Amino acid sequence: MTILPDLSKFPILRNTVKTTGDVVATLCITLFGLLLVTFVIGRVIPIDPVLAITGDRVSPEVYAKVRDELGLDLPMWQQFLNYLGKLFQGDFGTSVLTSQSVLHDVATYFPATIELALAGTLIGIVFGIPLGIASAIYKNTWLDQIIRVVSLIGYSIPIFWLGLVGLLIFYVKLGWVAGVGRLDVAFEYIIERKTGFIMLDALLSGQWDILENFLSHLALPAFLLGYLSMAYISRMTRSFMLEQLGQIYITTARVKGLSEGRVVWHAFRNTFTQLVTVISLTFANLLEGAVLTETVFAWPGIGLYITNSLFAADMNAVLGGTTIIGICFVLINIAADALGRFFDPRIRRSAS
Amino acid sequence: MRTWLLSDVPDSRFQAGCGQFYLICLSFLRSPLAVVGLLIVLALILFAIFAPSIASHDPYAQSLANRLLAPSAEHWLGTDHLGRDIWSRVVFGSRSTLLVIVTVAIIVGPVGLLVGIIAGYSGGVVDRVLMRITDIFLAFPRLILALAFTAVLEPGLQSAIIAIAVTSWPAYARLARAETTIYKDADFIQAIRLQGASTPRILLGHIAPLCLPSTIVRLTLDMAGVILIAAGLGFLGLGAQPPLAEWGSMVSGGRDYLLDYWWIATTPGIAICIVSLGFNILGDGLRDVLDPRTR
Repeated sequence: MTILPDLSKFPILRNTVKTTGDVVATLCITLFGLLLVTFVIGRVIPIDPVLAITGDRVSPEVYAKVRDELGLDLPMWQQFLNYLGKLFQGDFGTSVLTSQSVLHDVATYFPATIELALAGTLIGIVFGIPLGIASAIYKNTWLDQIIRVVSLIGYSIPIFWLGLVGLLIFYVKLGWVAGVGRLDVAFEYIIERKTGFIMLDALLSGQWDILENFLSHLALPAFLLGYLSMAYISRMTRSFMLEQLGQIYITTARVKGLSEGRVVWHAFRNTFTQLVTVISLTFANLLEGAVLTETVFAWPGIGLYITNSLFAADMNAVLGGTTIIGICFVLINIAADALGRFFDPRIRRSAS
Repeated sequence: MRTWLLSDVPDSRFQAGCGQFYLICLSFLRSPLAVVGLLIVLALILFAIFAPSIASHDPYAQSLANRLLAPSAEHWLGTDHLGRDIWSRVVFGSRSTLLVIVTVAIIVGPVGLLVGIIAGYSGGVVDRVLMRITDIFLAFPRLILALAFTAVLEPGLQSAIIAIAVTSWPAYARLARAETTIYKDADFIQAIRLQGASTPRILLGHIAPLCLPSTIVRLTLDMAGVILIAAGLGFLGLGAQPPLAEWGSMVSGGRDYLLDYWWIATTPGIAICIVSLGFNILGDGLRDVLDPRTR
């Protein structure tokens, strides 16, 4: 027990070490469980992995040999360890559909999803936070009610349906935005791909027409996802603000004669730590919500990749994709937690 | 009657319970939005029960001569690409939706509640292990785990229900655990324990009822999300399989005809939206009424 240096004189430092240890432990256990679940799902599948490789007409000897190579004759726990070992080397297997390694595929498709989710989150923040603050200030007025109904609809609307209707109105009828896909076909082969993020690539190489075309494709799905995240962010902002505005320090500020704008700013700054968590969770949810959006908009992201592989019975790709999104989810959750701790002086102090 | 209900000194437990219920109903009815939500949910149930009498046509009868008709007096919402009456299919679709909601609620509520109160009440190692397991399931994105599950099982309404249930229970376990830890050392629980009540009796008879209101609120709010996920799975072709009338797969079926025959895909979507909105509003209203912190 004396191996640990005595940190009691440095409360903040000790606290960081303690929570970091906690975080690492949580991370490891959760990831382990996550991999166990995908492994089990992978084993239950009614598809024989040997036949998937050799085809139906195979001699018993070849069958036994392939089965041996795949390690399917080993006990379950050993198979699981092999699976873990492979994953740690970044080996998620090979996709049958694209004949590339799953990791390579995910690296190709993921940037598109991140672009979409980031754009959606940004739009959600830009609209959601002001609306939330407004409905907290004008609590129970008609303005609050309208914002409430608008965000309730956002909670309730099926995104795939909204996408179809949006395409019908804004692309087909009005022609304000470009249609499905991430770029027009003409641009697909002109763009110099460096980072995989079209926005960055276009900026770096100065291809302005590509940038314009991309933004026109991005606008509709991003605004639809942005609407959903706005619904969530504005509701949360409202309740955080109401909580703060009811505190005594706000009354004090008012008694001291602070302008209403300053009072609101005071309260808003104190909702910051909670908002950070909410925004990270929104982003994580949009990564997931992208599955349906990407299907509707033929957006070549990870969601489309997973669904396409699903229909091709390409289980390596499905499980690999699922695992990677799961890992991202866990990491984002933990990052949100850590950010919250970092921003909140009360947590920093009370834990020490 | 009213004085009996509102009596300050109820004679029996039954009277006290009725009085409490009456008060809850009164404060619930005071919020017009919540009542609208309740009406929507009731309408869904009525539609599902009386679907054969409400529907104007057989939802599965195909008539290629009458395909892709616009809304008219004969076909209120038009017909789809196989000439089936859309209004009737929307009406029958309420059955699929209700089936999903009810089964998920029946599975998820008790399981989550039980895991939560056991974890919260026993504490220690049991608590840690159970909560780790729930954390793992919470860490998965719901829709994607549901995708993986339906891929392993056969696509269909049943698999969709199982997948949704498997991904939904952890939230309830968390909730019930949090409530249990508040109550488990309360004086009245100590008193029952001293009287020699067995652990199952304390858990099921005393702690579970205390956790029930928040679980019900959460279930109601969650049903909106369950409807969306089920519809999403149906839309992707992994939920209800054709020709079963289900709103999500109806949207997907109308997708190819969206440009010229917009009513095929839009009407089932509106149905999803209304029902999901109904559950959201109802849950919001119930929370205001049932949550002792806001009462």
